[in-house]
Amino acid sequence: MIRSEVLRDIAPVISDQLVVCNIGLPSQELHMIDDQPSNFYMLGTMGLSSSIGLGLAMAQGQKVISIDGDGSVLTNFGTLPTIANNAADNFILLIIDNGSYGSTGDQPTYAGKKTSLTEVAKACGCETVIECAAEDTAETLRAALASDKMTIIVSKCESGNIKVPVIQMDPVVIRDRFMKEVERRNAS
Amino acid sequence: MAVEDQILDGLLANNIEFVTTVPCKQLAGVIDKVENCPDIHHVPANKEDEGMGLCAGAFMGGKRPAIIMQNTAIGVTINTLVTLTQFYRMPLPMLISYRGELGEPVACQVEMAVHTKALLAQLHIPTYHFHHEDDVREFDAILKHTFMCNKPVAILTDAAFWKGY
Ligand SMILES: [Mg+2]
Repeated sequence: MIRSEVLRDIAPVISDQLVVCNIGLPSQELHMIDDQPSNFYMLGTMGLSSSIGLGLAMAQGQKVISIDGDGSVLTNFGTLPTIANNAADNFILLIIDNGSYGSTGDQPTYAGKKTSLTEVAKACGCETVIECAAEDTAETLRAALASDKMTIIVSKCESGNIKVPVIQMDPVVIRDRFMKEVERRNAS
Repeated sequence: MAVEDQILDGLLANNIEFVTTVPCKQLAGVIDKVENCPDIHHVPANKEDEGMGLCAGAFMGGKRPAIIMQNTAIGVTINTLVTLTQFYRMPLPMLISYRGELGEPVACQVEMAVHTKALLAQLHIPTYHFHHEDDVREFDAILKHTFMCNKPVAILTDAAFWKGY
């Protein structure tokens, strides 16, 4: 299973959740598979999906899922201690770990070699860290949402990409639509 | 009133409830005030771009954010300022210690000080410079300006302002 197949699989689970989605192909794929006002697409700024998601989770009460990649977590490694030490039980970090920098041509990452992001997250103090096979991502995510506990999921999948159009929505439109949705959900 | 207290009052008067910090010796006093303020959610960050990501999330969650950091962070955060804060048009007051100005004991800090204002100007970031103690009186207006225009705004605070810290 490659990342786009994982995203297709989890789409029904995350469709009604606030989602912060990583730069590049993950956002483009999610946008193509299931565009929702509850999705915040990153058009730039590699590495910050988990930080944006954590900030959002701390600022309001709805659940937040950050979809991240192994390469992006490696880029912003400092995020894991921050997440561990500022636990927000409405926050789920889903790391789709394909062992490569997918958006730039599948160059291998160290997460696909000796470095285990699961072990790193645990060592940083994250209490609930679950590594799963790509096929089990939807079920693991469903359980994490039901648990009301901050959870880091590392979904191990294969590298590979599909052809997908770039997102043409203006960033301010993405942000405004998302903020209105966050506000609406917190008001009701 | 000490400048640290005036800064804290300014944050509170402008409903800033989420503050992320990366420490600097000059900022130790104000970071301490933020940490001990029950009305502010303080999240120390490991790197300033991470802190700006946290602030972006908090802003979208309905909380007014601010970041407190050293001017060396401008070198770290250019990509984030441009592709996140500015591209998505988010407000972000940045209280910055302006290391490397008069009274600086560490030569290396001057290397970044000479680029600080040029970089901020290149990024079209509104920039204010607190040198005298009284300059803190503008803090309230700067915060209001930041949330009016939805931009990152820099407040450089030098050693003279902090009385040599
Ligand atoms: Mg990857």
